[in-house]
Amino acid sequence: MEKRLRRTMMFVPGNNPSMMCDAHIYGPDSIMFDLEDSVSINEKDAARLLVYHALKTIDYGNVERVVRVNPLNTAYGKLDVQAMVLAGVQVIRMPKTETAEEIVELEEEIERIEKQNNIPVGRTLIMAAIESALGVVNAYKIATASSRMMGIALGAEDYCANLKTHRSRDGAELLLARQTIVVAARAAGIDALDTVFSDLNDMEAFKEDVRFIKQLGFDGKSIINPRQIRPVNEVFTPTAAEIDKAKRIVAALKEAELKGSGVVALNGKMIDKPVVLRAQRVLDFARAVHIVVD
Amino acid sequence: MKLLNAATAGTLESGDILIVLDKAPSGKGIEINLKSTVANQFGKRIKQVITETLNKIGVEGVSVDATDKGALDCTIQARVKTAANRAFGITKPTWD
Repeated sequence: MEKRLRRTMMFVPGNNPSMMCDAHIYGPDSIMFDLEDSVSINEKDAARLLVYHALKTIDYGNVERVVRVNPLNTAYGKLDVQAMVLAGVQVIRMPKTETAEEIVELEEEIERIEKQNNIPVGRTLIMAAIESALGVVNAYKIATASSRMMGIALGAEDYCANLKTHRSRDGAELLLARQTIVVAARAAGIDALDTVFSDLNDMEAFKEDVRFIKQLGFDGKSIINPRQIRPVNEVFTPTAAEIDKAKRIVAALKEAELKGSGVVALNGKMIDKPVVLRAQRVLDFARAVHIVVD
Repeated sequence: MKLLNAATAGTLESGDILIVLDKAPSGKGIEINLKSTVANQFGKRIKQVITETLNKIGVEGVSVDATDKGALDCTIQARVKTAANRAFGITKPTWD
């Protein structure tokens, strides 16, 4: 599976043509068109057609296209999946995922549509939103339920309601779910995406939240507004000092390899393997965001 | 196909188009009444997209009241299809 940046996954309501046509201009790494909670029951058919035609027509460039479908056990779920697979969406996001069986059912549905329509089997990837206590308990099973899985994400509003609590400023109630999701994603070799932060008027608290989830190990964050893209990118982009340090560590590694030495040392200090790995990851990330490091 | 009821789709938001589909008074063809701020530049094209979309579904004998707010072709297609599905009771649309 292609590795790609997913620092920001921007929600776009599925029945809003204006936002749908402009969303990629702001430069999110992924756009997530929503057919679920942001679309009223009476407009499900309209949103499905709108997203279908947008995906078929608009050139979103390198921005990843994700669609959040309705759950398969609703009257809309399978119709959503059919339309989006035919439209060539890259990722289908399954909401409120609680068990691995739900992913298997989605995969079977996608595969059936791909085969019926001569679409390469496996083209359509899956990500799961985990939004309940049961989903958190089953996070690793969900993350490994299909070879199409590219990531798991936390949906905090539903999760908090299910937990019989509410979201607080410091996010203490989310800590276990966040850490469980990151650990499950890492163990499965897929991406971990954090939940949205809804208060657009408190950018400092937003940045604090982003710094925290980056520290936990998340690959990126779900966002609701283009204004949130730059702060996330700032937090996730390595600083010049981090890049400089990483370059020196990697240079030390190369020097040790040339000498045939198994020990890597920098400024007289031995460097452990995890430190080298982290340095290489910093440089890979810097290259991915087009910072010249070589 | 028989038109079951008049139907609407879309909104008057910027970038959208509001489509009202009903039985044509003449009972024949496709009659389009378009209001658009860009009618002078794109009126012909908008009418063409509406007509082509209805032809593909196989619908005629309808009137279309279209109020355009700068919709792209893909939005016009989606809104016209939605209105037609609703008016003709099409529950399993074809995807093209």
